[in-house]
Amino acid sequence: MASKTAIRPFHVSIAEEALADLRRRIAAWRPPEREPVDDQSQSVQLATVQELASYWATEYDWRRCEAKLNALPQFMTSIDGLDVHFIHVRSPHEDALPLIVSHGWPGSVIEQLKIIEPLTSPAEHGGSASDAFDVVIPSLPGYGFSGKPAATGWDPDRIAAAWAVLMQRLGYPRYVAQGGDWGTAITAAMGRQAPDGLIGIHVNFAQMMPLAILGHIRNGEPAPADLSDAEKRAYEQVAFATYHRGYGVIQGTRPQTIGYSLADAPVGLAAWLLDHDTATYEHLAQLFAGGPYGAITRDDWLDNTSLYWLTNTPTSAARLYWQQAVTGRNFYAPADVSLPAAVTVFPEEYVQAPRNWTEKAYPNLIYFSEAGKGGHFAAWEQPQLFAEELRAAFRTLR
Amino acid sequence: MTMTMTDLTIRPFEVHMPDADLADLRRRIAATRWPPRELVTDRSQGVQLATLQALVTYWGTGYDWRACEAKLNALPQFTTKIDGLDIHFIHVKSAHENALPLIITHGWPGSVIEMLGVIGPLTDPAAHGGHPEDAFDLVIPSLPGYGFSAAPKSAGWDPGRTARAWAELMSRLGYTRYVAQGGDVGAGVCDAMAIQAPDGLAGIHLNFLRRPPLEVVAALLGRAPVPKGFTEQERAALAAFGAQARKGYNVEQGQSPQTIGYPLTDSPAGLAAWMLEHDTDSYEKISRAFTGGPPSGGLTRDHVVDNITLYWLTATATPAARMYWEGGRSTAAAAAGHPPPEVSLPVAFTVFPGEIYQAPRSWAEKVYPNLIYFHQADRGGHFAAWEEPALFAAELRAAFRSLR
Repeated sequence: MASKTAIRPFHVSIAEEALADLRRRIAAWRPPEREPVDDQSQSVQLATVQELASYWATEYDWRRCEAKLNALPQFMTSIDGLDVHFIHVRSPHEDALPLIVSHGWPGSVIEQLKIIEPLTSPAEHGGSASDAFDVVIPSLPGYGFSGKPAATGWDPDRIAAAWAVLMQRLGYPRYVAQGGDWGTAITAAMGRQAPDGLIGIHVNFAQMMPLAILGHIRNGEPAPADLSDAEKRAYEQVAFATYHRGYGVIQGTRPQTIGYSLADAPVGLAAWLLDHDTATYEHLAQLFAGGPYGAITRDDWLDNTSLYWLTNTPTSAARLYWQQAVTGRNFYAPADVSLPAAVTVFPEEYVQAPRNWTEKAYPNLIYFSEAGKGGHFAAWEQPQLFAEELRAAFRTLR
Repeated sequence: MTMTMTDLTIRPFEVHMPDADLADLRRRIAATRWPPRELVTDRSQGVQLATLQALVTYWGTGYDWRACEAKLNALPQFTTKIDGLDIHFIHVKSAHENALPLIITHGWPGSVIEMLGVIGPLTDPAAHGGHPEDAFDLVIPSLPGYGFSAAPKSAGWDPGRTARAWAELMSRLGYTRYVAQGGDVGAGVCDAMAIQAPDGLAGIHLNFLRRPPLEVVAALLGRAPVPKGFTEQERAALAAFGAQARKGYNVEQGQSPQTIGYPLTDSPAGLAAWMLEHDTDSYEKISRAFTGGPPSGGLTRDHVVDNITLYWLTATATPAARMYWEGGRSTAAAAAGHPPPEVSLPVAFTVFPGEIYQAPRSWAEKVYPNLIYFHQADRGGHFAAWEEPALFAAELRAAFRSLR
């Protein structure tokens, strides 16, 4: 029986042949013609992809990423029939608060690496020892080194239940949970399930659109006239995200069809992952043109892209959108979490949650903050600020 | 003083793809890295692995592009520069003197290859169950950015600009009185031709209603409720048309043609899957052709792979997808401005039962008050000309008889 709940150490070791094959494919890349416009109106621009492909094939070193991951305590355990990969870093401080952080699309555990030290050793990163966390960072089912579900059903609710099992298996009787993107849906589901030991959540993407308002979006209607400016902006942002982001629509309805492309064409995959939201894309275009993007480097971005490629997980990852559409709640519907909840709105996130709607969606809102900088990949881009938000958010729950 | 000379030359064209490109394609097919199998037993997660593997296996081992090339090169093909762009077209004149000139426009994910089966029945009807007086002279162009036509280097090649180019093409060919036909994107081009009503255009035939009545568009955009008194058929059409507009391929090509272009230009398997992902009826028929069932009419393995190979070898997945971006822009601009002038030209319409929505006669009449022919065919779907060439030709004969 022990083997079923065993927690096994895990090391990343990708075969040399897989790396050689990746380099061969990038070298054999057949680019499309350049877009006939001078802006991003037809989406990911050829010059950006050329820079990325050239760097990926000639200067990028996956083994450096592997070493970075293997320097962290990583484990694998089977939950609900699926292998779950996770990073688990305990703080040296005794009273550290256990925290499980869930990533999203098009991310992975690699998004969260920069917050590990500020969270586990706050005293060395501008905080105090009393703010320390023990950090658990799992790979979502179908993502990275976690197993690929062989049957349907792994929606955010089921993932949330698995995370509660994981925290229990790690011996944590009292913990908090955090997430953005898919991680926010999983974290909210944990909040609704309220498993023993979960005392609160923090999200960096608030699910808060009132159902009646979402109904207008579903009907394709313009924003109701009585909305405030902040509500109207959120309305437009959710409406755009629902109907006009092709990657979301195709992954929500036909993940297998796009999967053939993303499993076979690494540069195609890289372009697909660049196309998430406008602000993120603009930063990434600058990054590959030699500019800065907060703490995110070109190597960081390609670590994440390479992880998707080397584990052949674009299809299994994209299926989360499909599963959500089939059995899940509307992603933008109110989270309905009555546990203590904290929210940080980052200014470049693709939906800016108005405070009044957020308060209704999280009736026990213990913390609401509008950060000064940062976007969809806040933990990756602004790790120090992100860690400070988590310290402040959870301080009252310690 | 400088004079701008317009090059009106019509140059003969033949297809000869380099051996190296065919070898590269076979290499890529052999090196295909597959995703895991879908988790469902139906089409609900997209193109199924068994179907695509059967297609790609046939493509890499049994299929012969040179046979398609020979078929194309047996036809009179030309290119000519119009509005700065090289346009490729097939031009087959009928042996009959009073043949009616007809320009047929394909759509996405199609090409001139969709139309090859109708050439015989339309140009030589007597040999195909018709009468010599029903003969057509046929012009079958490749849309800008598709197949052997050049890809536009700047934005603006929407259906309206394409329609003007087609009028110029017919005039350059010396046709003073002609008709036009199209479905899918081709229907958009024909609709624009009917609105523009160039000299010589005597009427059009459509097998897709691309521009439904304004109240339908308003209901689709949520700007107005579903009109009271809509019949069950009209409600079904509204729902099906709306569902197609919201499909992933449609949204992606309309918003991000460049993004999807990267994998489609680099992965033959990815391209093939994307091109099968159009509508359920055609997917099921094409899937059957590769998984052991009988092909549905002209939708044979070779025909399907000819079309996909054409997209691959000409690397046109991206510029072809851009037509959705262009179409979306021009539709939005039109919706924001004045409605198009009423079409007074004669219009004929055929509804095929497997088409993505069954256009009600009431809608066709509203958009085209001079509706001279409306008929529901017994068989055929989105690729009607390809799938049921004899039936399609019979429709065109009947549709245009009163305009001769």
